[in-house]
Amino acid sequence: MILWLLGRLGRAAVTVTLIVTFAFVVLRLSGDPAERFFDPGDTPPDVIEAFRKAWGLDQPIWVQYLRYVENVARGDLGNSIRENRPAIDTVMERLPMTLAIMVPALFVKLLLGLTAGVVAALYRNTFADRLIMGVSVFGFTVPSFVLGLLLALLFAVQFRLLPSGGSSTLAHYVLPVLTLGLSGAAVIARYTRSAMIEVMGQPYVRTASAKGVLWHRVVSEHVFPNAAIPIITVIGFMIGSLVAGAVVVETVFSWPGVGSLLVNSVNARDLAVVQVILLLVGFSMVAANLAVDLLYGFIDPRLHRARGGED
Amino acid sequence: MTSLETSGSRIELKDRRTAFLEAFPPSVLVSLGWIGAMLVLALAAPFLAPHDYLRADVLVRLQPPLLFGGTWEHPLGTDELGRDLLSRLLVSIRISIVIALVATLISTSIGLLLGFAAAYFRGWTEEAILVLVDAQLAMPFMIIAIAVLAFFGDSLALFVFLLGFNGWEAVTRIARGLAISATEQGYAQAARDIGASPWRIYFRHILPNIAATIIVAMTLNVPGVIMLESSLSFLGIGIQPPETSLGSMVGYGRRYLQSAPWILLMPSCIIVLTTLSISLVGDWLRDRLDPTMS
Repeated sequence: MILWLLGRLGRAAVTVTLIVTFAFVVLRLSGDPAERFFDPGDTPPDVIEAFRKAWGLDQPIWVQYLRYVENVARGDLGNSIRENRPAIDTVMERLPMTLAIMVPALFVKLLLGLTAGVVAALYRNTFADRLIMGVSVFGFTVPSFVLGLLLALLFAVQFRLLPSGGSSTLAHYVLPVLTLGLSGAAVIARYTRSAMIEVMGQPYVRTASAKGVLWHRVVSEHVFPNAAIPIITVIGFMIGSLVAGAVVVETVFSWPGVGSLLVNSVNARDLAVVQVILLLVGFSMVAANLAVDLLYGFIDPRLHRARGGED
Repeated sequence: MTSLETSGSRIELKDRRTAFLEAFPPSVLVSLGWIGAMLVLALAAPFLAPHDYLRADVLVRLQPPLLFGGTWEHPLGTDELGRDLLSRLLVSIRISIVIALVATLISTSIGLLLGFAAAYFRGWTEEAILVLVDAQLAMPFMIIAIAVLAFFGDSLALFVFLLGFNGWEAVTRIARGLAISATEQGYAQAARDIGASPWRIYFRHILPNIAATIIVAMTLNVPGVIMLESSLSFLGIGIQPPETSLGSMVGYGRRYLQSAPWILLMPSCIIVLTTLSISLVGDWLRDRLDPTMS
């Protein structure tokens, strides 16, 4: 169990290293900071040289890399050009707004997606199943910006029930949450259905129902726990990509969160902010994956036995 | 339909029409028809477009389409600069489809090369490739794409190349698994015994044998690329004006959601119907060509 845990932590560390390295590489390949800062045409070469020395740009690349890693570890990620303050503050200020739509959306996804998936699996090949799967294929193939704009067109422009953009009242939350929730629910419903159907074909389910266990108990005690594992993987991925998923929807509804900050920073070439968001998304993916792995070990007793030790 | 009951197994006698509809369900036929129509439009866009898609005419700004009070001059209406929407739509279909196909070709090539390399070299090369696959899966690709475009600026070539990095990991995993099991089979061994080079064995002998599965994976990658391209273009990070794609049409149309919703409705419909059709055809191909994947 301990070895297994160390293995997981090691993998998370490798992924974090890859992400930080990726950020460093794109940052350095995108051009010499000294030349971006000064116009080489009318700056004396010794000024540029002094700038390079001051920022450590004259050092070998691996020294720069180590220094970069050190800065990332200290949370020093450079200043936002647009706001002239640490980029990390700019991002952290927006984060609560993103979470304010992403967390409710996660509940919508789980509630709708799990219910629909379970119903579809239990009533397989009936009309209900076909309907749910038909709708979820749509949810899969409609990009979230199209879904969001169609909802806005319907509820904001046509029926004038809800605002189409902004964040001042509670009514402003409805459309972004609904957009995120519906497209995520389609994904969860599909995974839930196929996980349930696979488990229902297992011999232990047949044994349980053959020995006379009531069907609803078979489902709740044998099918659900076993089907949970692949579903948790998908949910973990969704939690990890909360910020990433917000990019499009926040832009559609002019929501002042991290996602729209990312788009605006790209357009303004505010690279420090882009870099902070890249690292934020990477770290939250790693944390979510690690949490999912630990949860597996917790809910699946087969894992402790297989991965060494009596626990 | 009559059915003969023999010991345990049932043989159904079908007429030709039933057999055909079972092999080609109506939804697949409609999807194939739609994909075909889109390909024809993409190829013939320059000849079909009634106007120059870049020509602005402020006198006819924001004209509605034909059935909503528009004229035959601009059957789908005009946009905020008075450009003909039908012409823009045709060019957008062309650009979006060409990008999706090129990007899928790139990602399939990368996926095949890495998958075959993992199967051929095994050992630490394989481990390294699998770490890359995991890393690609662990990071939402859209964020990587946005970051790269932010740092390197938006050029069309970089954009297409970047989209080509979407989905290679699925092909790598499939190609690696299939190639490893194929090398154990008689035909690959025979080719090796008569002295064929690894390139020849992998690309002339193994590839044709696993092509069906790879084609299915390619088909299922296309809707993802279309969605990624249109989302990035919608955000203003992908295709840059004056060029146009389905996503950027929606992005610009968004500002006229109240006054001119037709600008974004047509490209949105095309995106949805195209991704839906390709997914349906991909699932159908998978069931038909490759019973092992499901």
